Amino acid sequence: MKQDCVFVYSDDLQMYKFNDTHPFNQLRVTLTYDLLREINALKDEQIVPPRVATDEELELIHDRAYVEAVKAAGKKQLSEDVALNYGLGTEDTPIFPNMHEASALLVGATLTAVDYVLSGKAEHALSLGGGLHHGFRGKASGFCIYNDSAVAIKYMQKRYGLRVLYVDTDAHHGDGVQWAFYDDPNVCTFSIHETGRYLFPGTGNVTERGQGKGYGFSFNIPVDAFTEDESWLDAYTQAFREIADFFKPDIILTQNGADAHYYDPLTHLSVTMKTYREIPKIAHEIAHEYCSGRWVAVGGGGYDIWRVVPRAWALIWLQMTEQSNISGNLPKAWLDKWQPHSPVPLPLEWDDPKGLYPPIPRKAEIAEKNAKAVEKALYPIRSQRQNTKKSL
Amino acid sequence: MIVEQIMKTNVTTLQPYNTIAEAAQLLKQQHIRHIPIVDDDNCLIGLVTDRDIRDASPSIFHVADRLEDLQKPVSTIMKTDVITGHPLDFVEEVAALFFEHRISCLPIVKDGKLIGIITETDLLHTLVQLTGAHQPSSQIEVKVPNLSGILSEVAAIFGKRNINISSVLVYPDQDEHYKILVFRIQTMNPIGIISDLKNAGYTVLWPSLPEVSS
Repeated sequence: MKQDCVFVYSDDLQMYKFNDTHPFNQLRVTLTYDLLREINALKDEQIVPPRVATDEELELIHDRAYVEAVKAAGKKQLSEDVALNYGLGTEDTPIFPNMHEASALLVGATLTAVDYVLSGKAEHALSLGGGLHHGFRGKASGFCIYNDSAVAIKYMQKRYGLRVLYVDTDAHHGDGVQWAFYDDPNVCTFSIHETGRYLFPGTGNVTERGQGKGYGFSFNIPVDAFTEDESWLDAYTQAFREIADFFKPDIILTQNGADAHYYDPLTHLSVTMKTYREIPKIAHEIAHEYCSGRWVAVGGGGYDIWRVVPRAWALIWLQMTEQSNISGNLPKAWLDKWQPHSPVPLPLEWDDPKGLYPPIPRKAEIAEKNAKAVEKALYPIRSQRQNTKKSL
Repeated sequence: MIVEQIMKTNVTTLQPYNTIAEAAQLLKQQHIRHIPIVDDDNCLIGLVTDRDIRDASPSIFHVADRLEDLQKPVSTIMKTDVITGHPLDFVEEVAALFFEHRISCLPIVKDGKLIGIITETDLLHTLVQLTGAHQPSSQIEVKVPNLSGILSEVAAIFGKRNINISSVLVYPDQDEHYKILVFRIQTMNPIGIISDLKNAGYTVLWPSLPEVSS
């Protein structure tokens, strides 16, 4: 029997944990799961456990030597110098026990989601443990060890021969995935993120368009700090639609970092829950328009794990399963259960109140600058379309 | 940094008897704008640029006119008073040279033989490498008094947090009593280091209000 959507989940996803004070905390996934269960939006039969990615699968993207280093590090068998060369043992990606197993499970979770969609057992699949878009071929970076999304894209190409559109709405540039497919015309990457002027990783400029045969298949829209909902959504919606129309993907993989919110401690984009309602909505529409519904969504960043991520990520699932008309109060049982653990007061409603933050000066200028970035990013598509029109 | 560290050694060249048409084709194929002209011993004898080719080509209003001109040898249009560089020149000097002579390419010659080339693009690429902007990093700017010893004090704060610095730039503030130190650091989470710097009394420039840094 065909299920419409699956939610890849197990408590074991929590094994990916650097230390108690690290901003990347997979408790977010459990908080989201719990919120969805509490409102009866997630049924038992929709939940599937993640599998573990094999070494062979990891090596679709990662160097064997790197995988071996991660294994050794997790068993305390890697010297500090060697570890640092692989980006392991830094402030961002400290070494922790069994880090290979924990990381391979996150990759496996995303592959599980992919398998469900591509074997036709589900139309959409959500794997919130994934979205580790900074992982490189041979180096850990920005809280990411293995790059589940890049592995999944390569896996879809090899196993199913599909053209994949990767859409990254994390506030940080999706550099790892972009560089992995920079010269590949059968993968289109689109990242919208806060400008790298200050923010990690500093890349993601409009001019990064791909190279060789892949030229024209990487799209980047860097938006200014303090962009806010309206301008962010304008950029996202326009670009996503035009890129999908240009690339005509077989499947869409969305990375749903939830770190552009006003409350997020690491970034400065100042969006609200309004944006997190729209992100999956547009993805859902486009998946049906171009890909017969095939849509895999993964998690990503998100460092206000109490006030932002559970609501934002729950909305992806609610959108997938067409229950997104929810609003009003969050379930009391969820609030009662988690408020004692949260260092900040939990929000009481699904949507953010008006006046969440003081008005931002220069709003019009920021919106204008972002619109220019969109224009530049989409220029090749738009001029190509004009040319085709002329020749008709 | 010296020229031989950044120059391209695989140089596309032609000989004086090659035709203008061949040169035009080469520019197009290789996406380049300059072709050094060498003799049989690889000694530099001239330079042909995309502008020289354009001057020799018919106007777009007469594309089919006098095409026989393009069969003339490049020796008829090449510049022979070419400014050249040496592999041991400083990269900074090359930048100044480009600016001073309004040129955008420098053939590198050793013992009269062409051994490399540097273009504006290479120079810009090197600059990007020098700023560290090609590696994943966050950028932090610290406004400090223009006094000796400050850079090492600030750098020590990064060291204490075990944060690797991928590059440092020092540039003048509008107020000459201050300097701006620009650090590219290998971390996605600069919150701790920003508060350390502030606690140590430094002014950190970081988005707090749109283009109004606190």
